[in-house]
Amino acid sequence: MALLEVSNLEAFYGQTQVLRGLSFKLEEGSVTAILGANGAGKTTTLRAICGMVRTAGEMRFAGERIASRATESIVRHGIAHVPEGRGTFMRLSTEQNLKLGAYTRKDAAGVTDDLERVYRYFPRLKERRNQQAGTLSGGEQQMLAVGRALMMRPKLMLLDEPSFGLAPLLTEELFRILGTISSERQVSMLVVEQNASLALAIADHAYLLETGRIVMSGRARDISRDETVRKAYLGY
Amino acid sequence: MDLFLQQTSDGLAFGGIYACVALAVVMIYQATDHLNFAQGEMAMFSTYIAFTLLHHGVPYWWTFLLTMGISFIGGVLVERIIVRPVEGTTVLNEVIVFIGLLAIFNSLAGWIWDYTIKPFPSPFPDKAPFGITFIGPHDFGVIGVTLVVLAAVFLFFRFTPVGLAMRAAAQNPDSARLVGIRVGWMLALGWGLAAAIGSVAGMMVAPIVFLEPNMMMGILVYGFAGALLGGISNPVGAVAGGFMVGVLENWVGTYVPFVGSELKLTVALVLIVTVLVFRPSGLFGHVVVKRV
Repeated sequence: MALLEVSNLEAFYGQTQVLRGLSFKLEEGSVTAILGANGAGKTTTLRAICGMVRTAGEMRFAGERIASRATESIVRHGIAHVPEGRGTFMRLSTEQNLKLGAYTRKDAAGVTDDLERVYRYFPRLKERRNQQAGTLSGGEQQMLAVGRALMMRPKLMLLDEPSFGLAPLLTEELFRILGTISSERQVSMLVVEQNASLALAIADHAYLLETGRIVMSGRARDISRDETVRKAYLGY
Repeated sequence: MDLFLQQTSDGLAFGGIYACVALAVVMIYQATDHLNFAQGEMAMFSTYIAFTLLHHGVPYWWTFLLTMGISFIGGVLVERIIVRPVEGTTVLNEVIVFIGLLAIFNSLAGWIWDYTIKPFPSPFPDKAPFGITFIGPHDFGVIGVTLVVLAAVFLFFRFTPVGLAMRAAAQNPDSARLVGIRVGWMLALGWGLAAAIGSVAGMMVAPIVFLEPNMMMGILVYGFAGALLGGISNPVGAVAGGFMVGVLENWVGTYVPFVGSELKLTVALVLIVTVLVFRPSGLFGHVVVKRV
């Protein structure tokens, strides 16, 4: 059974329709990349799954209908969204930000374990645990956003431009950690990335989005070999 | 020197009341970016509820706690039923609802309990402890009670998960939803807490100014002044601001000859304008910087 099943998804900002009937499936434990140019609807796809925009169509997560439910109810099923711009709680400490990720969990011991795990993945966050999160650098805040998502112990992570604003070395490290997380923790991921080669490197499947429609889908390996994708999105 | 001590401690007592009002106002402001103009009237209404409870023979401190509880529930209900439909619409809509609430609570109190001035008891003994003479027993008690309430609120926000969730919801509602926080309920909870804190201010000030439907009008202006002086974006600052306004008001009233007690309220208004012109973020406020 697919973990996430989206059929005929449409999304709107006011009167403007951004997604025009997306249908796709996400297998459990797999990493899926959504590629596309600016304005293709990648971010909107993630926001639509979390109920942050007005949508039409059908969405099932682990068999349950999630379409047109409230964001806070959807995420409680185990969907962690790492938003574009990181969504840091600026005036709370790093550790408080992380603890908020576990807000819906009741297993205190598990939360403590996961906090230590996040600190293992991102030692920088441990160094800055008592610092106001707004004073962290962009890269640290990105780590914080990923860490906060992990604290939910999610079944699915939605990652919106995780490489945005990061130095190349940091980006590589972040993706290495994401790869580790997906294989170690069996977390499924849906990654939206401008940097297509990075995303394809950790993805099993990929979809190519153009003006709100899926124009190509397949195994990440095949997509990265495709002539048009290479020219348009990989740049060689 | 005696006069100075007297005026200062008296100012601190009023300051504690202003601090409660300021904190209540800031709590709602932080979550919604709007000043709740009805905060004072809600506190006044709570005080009438306390008055009724006392009238029916409920002991004072039970009345105190019950009133806080009833005010909390009332605040939650007001948010859920009246404020929620206009939340996130336009500024004007929300302000009109706040002013409407002010008028409703004011008239309702007058209609139920009439407009005659009523005495409200002070729960404190006739003498201040330790043989202190420069401060009245009620003033002394007010300072104590408000400090306890403010400390409790501080501990709640600092150390409980719900307190943390409320701060998160106020700072970044979208991210709060994404970690599963029910932002709408946090807002309602904020209204409840604000109403409960406000009720303390009402019950503490009523023995001094006497209970009547317009009792909180002036107090609310001082509360606003305190919140602005300390920093409307910083609850701790707002509390400090409340105390400062209380003391300042008394000093100016005593030592600036032409002000006296008639022009005291003007001090608050002058303060509000001065702060807004020269330091809009207040003494301890965060200057809002947006990264683009």
